[in-house]
Amino acid sequence: MKILTVNFLTCAVKACKSSPLSFPLHFQDAELEQSDIEYNAAFLRNILPRVDWEALKITANELGFTTVPIEKPDLTPTSTATDKNPVRLPINTSEPQATDEKTMRDLHTLLLETEVREGKMVCGNCGHEYKIKEGIANFLLPSHLV
Amino acid sequence: MLPTPSTAHVDLNRIYEPSEDSYLLLDTLSSPSETAFLTHRFSQNSTAAPDPAPVVLEVGTGSGVVLAFATANARSIFGRDDILAIGTDVNRFACQATRQTVLGASQGHNDNSALASKSGGNTMLLAILNADLTNPMRLGMVDVLIFNPPYVPSSDVPEATLSNAKSTAGSFEHDSQLLTLSYEGGVDGMEVTNRLLEQLPEVLDCERGVAYILLCQQNRPEEVVKRIHDWGEGWSVEIVVRSGKVAGWEKLCIIRIWRIQEATPF
Repeated sequence: MKILTVNFLTCAVKACKSSPLSFPLHFQDAELEQSDIEYNAAFLRNILPRVDWEALKITANELGFTTVPIEKPDLTPTSTATDKNPVRLPINTSEPQATDEKTMRDLHTLLLETEVREGKMVCGNCGHEYKIKEGIANFLLPSHLV
Repeated sequence: MLPTPSTAHVDLNRIYEPSEDSYLLLDTLSSPSETAFLTHRFSQNSTAAPDPAPVVLEVGTGSGVVLAFATANARSIFGRDDILAIGTDVNRFACQATRQTVLGASQGHNDNSALASKSGGNTMLLAILNADLTNPMRLGMVDVLIFNPPYVPSSDVPEATLSNAKSTAGSFEHDSQLLTLSYEGGVDGMEVTNRLLEQLPEVLDCERGVAYILLCQQNRPEEVVKRIHDWGEGWSVEIVVRSGKVAGWEKLCIIRIWRIQEATPF
């Protein structure tokens, strides 16, 4: 299960859906695994608009990733941006390319290359624990919560 | 014709075998009319601005053949390579099989793709979740939902709960219950589909959301369509394909349900 997945998940208990505490689910005892995926700036650029940044910072912190920027990278293209060079900061910023490339590569590692193999996700509202085994999270609920 | 993903690794004692219904979904998703519809809806605009990658959720993946097909052929079907694929199934064995099917299909198909090369499926597959329908999904996050439901009319529907999954795990009874879950649909074969239909307005993206649901004749598809028409102006629904022109025991169809933009007054 990729880390990016939690951006699209909440607690499976219906009563929790309306609570802001049910998102993001909180990782506990997570065992991570890194896979090697080719970096693709264009792909990442289209993923970032979908990411809830405050939630990602919480998740990254729980998993020990310290490189997530405080603000979501601004990917609005300048007039010089092209499909081949999608991430470009204003020309007058000093050394923007290097910083930005590093940030984007760190995000690529966190969101797409990092898999959770074992552990659990916990709802911040009801406290229900969803176990993750061999990379598959179990969201089936006990009968009394269905 | 786009290649069919390999499901040779799937344990047919525990997991629904790719069948006529699965293949009807593959044919429909890759048909000229549906690829035109989906490409128009999801293709990236030509400017350099970021264009949010669509989330494709298959509910009840079974062998994973449909999700694997959609992922490996994303460029042909959706007009773009950058989809984010998620699958759910109540059957843990199906979840494991699906992951293998999706990753295998993308490695096989994407050898010539400029984007994906060897790791296409690995890039796009976010997770396979052991879950009932769309229960763990955050509201409004799904752009494309695909569902081949348990549609066979039956006296009741086995409960897909944690307690049930645990009590008989590993036994023959457990395996046959898992198979039963994949096809028994209760009254009119619609009990599970009705629960999914209730979740659709919450889970589908409020602008781009579209769902493909397979139905059989006993599900009374015309009535289902009529019911969805009553959802109001923001929705549209259409039967996009019918099979079973040749006499057979089941006649199948696929409905497409999609959000429509409210007409601008001027």
